[in-house]
Amino acid sequence: MSVSQALPGPHRREMDPYRIGHRHGGSGGGHGHPTGHGEGGPAPRNVVVAYGFWIFILSDIVMFSAFFAAHAVLQVATAGGPSATVLFDPSHVAWETACLLLSSFTCGLSAVATRVRSLLWTEVFLLITGLLGAAFLLLEAQEFASLVARGASPERSAFLSSFFAVVGCHGCHVTAGLLWLGTMMAQVYVKGFRPNVLRRLLCFNLFWHALDIIWVALFTIVYLVGLGR
Amino acid sequence: MSEGGNNEDPEMGDVGPGYLEAAGEGIGAGIRGYVIGLALAALLTAASFYVESTRLIWAPGIPVALIVLAVAQIGVHLVFFLHITTAPDNTNNTLALAFGVLIVALIFGGSVWIMAHLNNNLMPLPQQMLQMQR
Repeated sequence: MSVSQALPGPHRREMDPYRIGHRHGGSGGGHGHPTGHGEGGPAPRNVVVAYGFWIFILSDIVMFSAFFAAHAVLQVATAGGPSATVLFDPSHVAWETACLLLSSFTCGLSAVATRVRSLLWTEVFLLITGLLGAAFLLLEAQEFASLVARGASPERSAFLSSFFAVVGCHGCHVTAGLLWLGTMMAQVYVKGFRPNVLRRLLCFNLFWHALDIIWVALFTIVYLVGLGR
Repeated sequence: MSEGGNNEDPEMGDVGPGYLEAAGEGIGAGIRGYVIGLALAALLTAASFYVESTRLIWAPGIPVALIVLAVAQIGVHLVFFLHITTAPDNTNNTLALAFGVLIVALIFGGSVWIMAHLNNNLMPLPQQMLQMQR
């Protein structure tokens, strides 16, 4: 706590006067901030932005949970077509997982580099993140192509429809994340570490880590549990 | 800290999710956090793939083991990558997360539960009815 106080300006932590558990009146002097609207003023921008984006991520996860529920129910509805055991290759999934996990890690390192305002290392780690993300998408496209080539296309059975829906939806998110990542690299390069660019970087970090969290649920429920059925 | 009184009191502050500065760590500590997170996540992932492939575990228990490992790994990601903590300044983030988890549990768990017991509540087919009447 005291360390963060010692840090210079941009590292300073800002407060939300309306946070839950906020104490009325404070410890002394009677000049504490009221929890209602008014005197405390709005919360600092980066708290509001990050919290709002957190809400978006959680709603996105709720949307994914519907896809997951559909897939979990339809996993056995193969309509006489190929099942998960025949179709999925655990080692292929393991490579995809490794790519995404490592990209999440390098994304975190880029956040550390951003924190010390190192333009070079931020760009380098963002680039590695993007390359790993692209490798993940390539592996996924390969898998989809091989499934379709073996006659396991989305229209074959309810199981395959829900499989392509949930995995494809995650793939779309990764694609959008890659576009965002490219944009952020350009913005950091052209605009430097402006406050608004920093906020966008923070949101991008949240988004990319959230994609990895969804992938954890995905490889568990769709692939590993599916292989066991 | 300059003037600002209670505004600067870290006890009173609030932080958004993923806010690295909030941890009050140096660069080394920041990197270490991610390395620990990566190591734990890799370990749990490897355990998941091992549990799926091994025949050491009683087969019906495998999905349960996999889900436990996944939940643990999601926890690791939340703590080490997204920096969600139980500290007072994270109350809002944690509450939002708890609400999200509740909705996800209702949608996913509810769907699986209901759909698994769907046949119990259906009227039997005519042929089955005949068999029941015999």
